[in-house]
Amino acid sequence: MVGIASFGAYIPWWRLGPETKEWGSRAERAAASYDEDSVTMAVAATVNCLSGLERQSVDALYFASTTSPYREKQAAATVAAAADLRPSVFTADFSNTTRAGTIALKAALDAVKSGSMKKVLVVAADTRPAMARSDFEAAFGDSAAALLIADSGAVVTVEDSLFLSDEMLDVWRADKEAYARSWEDRFVADEGYTRVLLEAVSGLAKRAKLDPKELSKAVLYAPDARRHAEMVRRLGLETKQVADPLFSAMGNSGAAYALTVLVSTLEEAREGDRILLADYGNGADVFLLRVGPGVEKARRERTVKALLGSKKGLDSYEIYARWRGLIDPAPPVRRPPLQGPSVTAFWRERDQNIRLYGARCQNCGYEQYPPQRVCTRCHTKDRFQPVRFADKKGHIFTYSMDYLGATVQPPLVIAVVNFEGGGRILTQMTDRDPSQLRVGLPVEMTFRKLFSADGVHNYYWKSMPVRV
Amino acid sequence: MGSIKDKVAIIGMGCVKFGELWNKSVDDLIVEAAYEAYEDAGVEPKDIQAAWVGSMGSGWRGCMLSIPLKLEYIPISRNENACATASDAFRNACYAVAAGVYDLALVMGVEKLKDTGFAGLDVSKVEPTGTNVAPPCPPPVQFALAATRYFHHYGLSFQQGKETLAKIAVKNHYNGARSPKAHFQREITLEQALKAPMVAWPLGLFDCCGVSDGAAAAIITRTELARKYRQDYVTVKGLGLTCGAKQGVLQDDYDFVHFEENVTASKRAYAEAGITDPRNEVDLASVHDCFTITELLIYEDLGFSPRGKAKEDVDSGFFSLQGGLPVNTDGGLKCFGHPVGASGLRMIYEVYKQLQGKAGERQLKDPKVGLTHNLGGLPGEFACAVIVLGKGG
Repeated sequence: MVGIASFGAYIPWWRLGPETKEWGSRAERAAASYDEDSVTMAVAATVNCLSGLERQSVDALYFASTTSPYREKQAAATVAAAADLRPSVFTADFSNTTRAGTIALKAALDAVKSGSMKKVLVVAADTRPAMARSDFEAAFGDSAAALLIADSGAVVTVEDSLFLSDEMLDVWRADKEAYARSWEDRFVADEGYTRVLLEAVSGLAKRAKLDPKELSKAVLYAPDARRHAEMVRRLGLETKQVADPLFSAMGNSGAAYALTVLVSTLEEAREGDRILLADYGNGADVFLLRVGPGVEKARRERTVKALLGSKKGLDSYEIYARWRGLIDPAPPVRRPPLQGPSVTAFWRERDQNIRLYGARCQNCGYEQYPPQRVCTRCHTKDRFQPVRFADKKGHIFTYSMDYLGATVQPPLVIAVVNFEGGGRILTQMTDRDPSQLRVGLPVEMTFRKLFSADGVHNYYWKSMPVRV
Repeated sequence: MGSIKDKVAIIGMGCVKFGELWNKSVDDLIVEAAYEAYEDAGVEPKDIQAAWVGSMGSGWRGCMLSIPLKLEYIPISRNENACATASDAFRNACYAVAAGVYDLALVMGVEKLKDTGFAGLDVSKVEPTGTNVAPPCPPPVQFALAATRYFHHYGLSFQQGKETLAKIAVKNHYNGARSPKAHFQREITLEQALKAPMVAWPLGLFDCCGVSDGAAAAIITRTELARKYRQDYVTVKGLGLTCGAKQGVLQDDYDFVHFEENVTASKRAYAEAGITDPRNEVDLASVHDCFTITELLIYEDLGFSPRGKAKEDVDSGFFSLQGGLPVNTDGGLKCFGHPVGASGLRMIYEVYKQLQGKAGERQLKDPKVGLTHNLGGLPGEFACAVIVLGKGG
């Protein structure tokens, strides 16, 4: 039976919240760090979704986002490489609407049903830019969610689904514009979101002869908490039937929003549950899902609940504004200007930098990073097997905090990490609390953006304290 | 391995005043250092038969030396080995002279760092082959990694570790204040060093050396010819140079509490010079204190202090001007300044002056054997040079 065989999400560590000076809201918003974007978050969700599973059998990776880091250059290819999928994987980007996540989900279900593929990984991630102090900024949060669609081992299946397309300018971002725009809010809500989603949900209910009272949970896309509450009322759902929309803890994460709430719902689901998944954006995608046996086993250790609980409030809104480029950074008068990486070197070293492959010497067995031609221990030449360091745990051997080094978030923390099972990497650290750092601290690797310059995003792995 | 012990002598040296020399060009620095050396040796420019010039990134080809000095149609090599650049240029010149190929050679080290507009070191000049793909790691951090680990390894509290390092900075500032050509010539207190702003934790401002412009030069000949020029020449007793192979990041048991390049380079130099007990046989040392922690590790790596015991020698003042083994008598990199490609020859200049008894206010009592030590690169991938010099005649 075709369905969801595994699921996992990613929520950034940082929050805009009550402790954030000048933020002015009690609700928390998950905020991607300065070195994260939809690609890096998608990698984290993919790795989480596939943890403990064999990756080489994944046939395709579908990436969904409204904030792909390149206008021309596939994001799915980067995500697939960083997640260490096999080189022959089929990759596709889905974009341009907040509904992109469920569009990718439908495409994946259809591909597996058709028999053309056995396992398709759907990952949605978004970090939508909003104008400073706008309503969008107050509502938006950042997250990623991944679902593995497979022809066997499914723990969630699709009973029925319905799709609507709707031509309308309600929320949009034109080419070369930095931020989303919208028309008058009542028009947008009444004639856009509310009308279209109600039409889609009632259409599905009618066709599937579904009494809303039979639903275990409803996962409803909504632009914000107020519209969500209104939709719940219009659908006549009881509170216990409604999945927590995460508007107090995360915010609307665009194309990743509905799937993140779905993952969070599945993490608590039990066999026999019937779940409505309703997504919106220039139309609506509605799925009626049935939870089958074994759903508990498909739950990853790193749940949405755990990730929401593992957090650090930003000290001030100014830091967030700096991260998002809402404040122009001072020109680097004390440091040389940033130059983009050499694209040929970036390409040549893609396995070591994007897949984080080191080399295991076939003579002495020592694992070293970066890969060498001549073994650092036994001096054997060219007899190595690739070994992926990204999934290994390690600890800090030594570290320093640089208060003058070029970084968006001082201090620049550099740590020498020793891995369990041997091997060492000199790393930049991220998502760290300087007061918690110590020799021996357990760390894990995380895919991040080192910097962007000359139109090139320089992705690399960093270390961070083990999160959950 | 062969030896050139006592076969080569330094007969003249020059060194400009180091600092932020806004109105001096690379050519100005070269001319001033060279002409002081010519005068000191009593030679004419036309007597120079070959030359070596050390520079990280302030010029290219041997022509960077021939053009300002108008050395016409003689062999000149440009040498680069990071912070050990000038020491290595000196080493290469010594071997050529010892081989009897040339009677008189000029060695120059020069660096102009203050034309970049940046307060720190322009790392793109330090790593010219960088592709900008891998994460950058600023120089202070590279050495701070050793400080963090040293404190942890020997169980020093943050305060104990900081105080030990601060004492080294205070000593070097004391010496720098007695060094008229030094970049920084002011004494500091322990409290000032401890309270200074953090640069790369746990290293603060006074744990880091200066970024300076400067040049220094030496004229060398075979020892048998030296007496023709002067009686108080200085002889080369031992030369050691080793390079690491990135063990610092590749090998998970690289300890960050010692630098093996220091150990191997000094062993080679000691063996050639016939030194078996450096703590007692070396009368003064100019070592590579790019950061205070580096000087602390050097004490142990070069055999001045037993492993883990350098703190005791720092506390007792063993390395001060009045101590048993004065180190960095001219203020070191910390105060004299660190124009990368010039520093090795600046160190030789200080030892040369001390052995001649011409070190002014900071003159030691009758030193006979001096050492210079130069370290360039990052932990696990250093080029390290150790040179032992002796009083000639």
